[in-house]
Amino acid sequence: MRNQNNINREEEIKKLEKISVQKVKERWRFVIFYRFMFLFVTLGGWEVLGRTGIIDPFFFSMPSSIVYQLYIWIIKGTSQGPLWLQVLVTLEETVLGFLIGAVMGIICGIALGRNKMLADIFSIYIKIANAIPRIVLGSIFIIALGLGMASKVALAVVMVFFVVFGNAFQGVREADMNLIANARVLGASDSQVTFKVVLPSALSWILASLHISFGFALVGAVVGEFLGSKQGIGLLIATAQGAFNAAGVFAAMIVLAVVALLADYLITRLENRLLKWRPTVQ
Amino acid sequence: MNSNFLIELENVDRRFTSPEGKIIQVLDNFSMTVKPGEFCAVVGPTGCGKSTTLSLISGLAKANAGKVLIEGKEFEGIDSRVGYVFQTDAVFPWKNVLDNVAVGPLFRGVDKKEAIDKSLDWIKRVGLQGFEHHYPHQLSGGMRKRVALAQTFINSPDILLMDEPFSSLDVQTKLLMQQELLQLWSKHKAAVVFVTHDIEEATILADKVYVLSKRPTKVKKIYNVDIERPRIVTETRYTKKFIEISKSIWNDLSEEVNI
Repeated sequence: MRNQNNINREEEIKKLEKISVQKVKERWRFVIFYRFMFLFVTLGGWEVLGRTGIIDPFFFSMPSSIVYQLYIWIIKGTSQGPLWLQVLVTLEETVLGFLIGAVMGIICGIALGRNKMLADIFSIYIKIANAIPRIVLGSIFIIALGLGMASKVALAVVMVFFVVFGNAFQGVREADMNLIANARVLGASDSQVTFKVVLPSALSWILASLHISFGFALVGAVVGEFLGSKQGIGLLIATAQGAFNAAGVFAAMIVLAVVALLADYLITRLENRLLKWRPTVQ
Repeated sequence: MNSNFLIELENVDRRFTSPEGKIIQVLDNFSMTVKPGEFCAVVGPTGCGKSTTLSLISGLAKANAGKVLIEGKEFEGIDSRVGYVFQTDAVFPWKNVLDNVAVGPLFRGVDKKEAIDKSLDWIKRVGLQGFEHHYPHQLSGGMRKRVALAQTFINSPDILLMDEPFSSLDVQTKLLMQQELLQLWSKHKAAVVFVTHDIEEATILADKVYVLSKRPTKVKKIYNVDIERPRIVTETRYTKKFIEISKSIWNDLSEEVNI
């Protein structure tokens, strides 16, 4: 009798579970549906408003013109050569700038974070440097380094460095004193403390900054190209602007967005790999 | 110099300087001795500098005056004979249990394979087999403490410093861990300095209980706990002798904590 009761109860719970799984699925379908709806309404509305002349497509373009522009670029190439070459040039500048800036930022952040005296002396200047709109330095770099790749890389480095540096510094300062003391008692030398304890503690801070700073590197490279260059997506935008080609500007934006999203995906994968020890956030 | 003692603190002063430059005198002309293999507990009112004594013995902090001696000698830096179990979790969250336990030998330059073997052995000894590849956040508080114990014991320290190691655990786990500690200690007789605010914990574990005064801290009284070993944590705590000793320690301490 008791046993029968237990079995009934189990079946009941299983039924309830089925219903709750169903509900979760339904909710997800709902979310997906309205995501597409939103996209459809927004783009469709833009297209309709443009075609009926309520907004002037000469200034604000239309989704169909943007797609057509992209199509032309992909099939026939841009006025400065094939599209993939422009993407490659900008990507190269961005990645180079990102890597140099990030490595320098991490090294300086840790060095300063580990040394109280250096930190006290320099922290005020770092705040100031962070407050300056560094993008303006692009003009200086174009003057000093010319129209080639170096000036764009330099601008990307400057954009990335301070973000990564700030986070690495903060991450080091917030490293758990207990962990450091524990490592020292267990026999760690100063350099072992830095590389085996402080660096891993600061890693989640550093990786968080990499997400933002890749975007910054891209902005640095594109603005650099915008200010003066022979190749790249920034130049594509500048040319489109000069020709009053709004569709061209939007199309270049889409290309940039795709690059940025891909990079973010890669960084997230790197992050999940390096931080697999972290509790998963629910 | 009397070299019967493994640890000696002789007329030690320890001051802290606040960021504004103000001075807080924590230990004042403080003396304490521990023999090899002796289990000492230190109790005292909050903020009296119990933990500071441990920092001094470990070498993590330096005395402002007086001498800290190990085997009758002064030492530089952090002494390799020392093991330290901290109050809060100090296991490395990014390392799994195996790597956490192996970290001490690896820091000290032991061959990787040997360190791993030793680590596996210690994981077994603290009862964590099967959890070698778990990360700390996947373990309970008691299990993390076991990791911390294994991490410390693997270096086979002659001096074991413990700073309220079980204070964050629930009562049952705490009793289990105390028993575990007594067992580990009985096999490897390190001199222990065990800081706690829990008088019963001090009495059940220690041979000698130091009762400290409030700041500036001096030794108020030393109790010898002559309850025979092996002690069973869950039973010894109800014997007459145990109750007597903890009662008189409490009487001493309550004079210090009265506001």
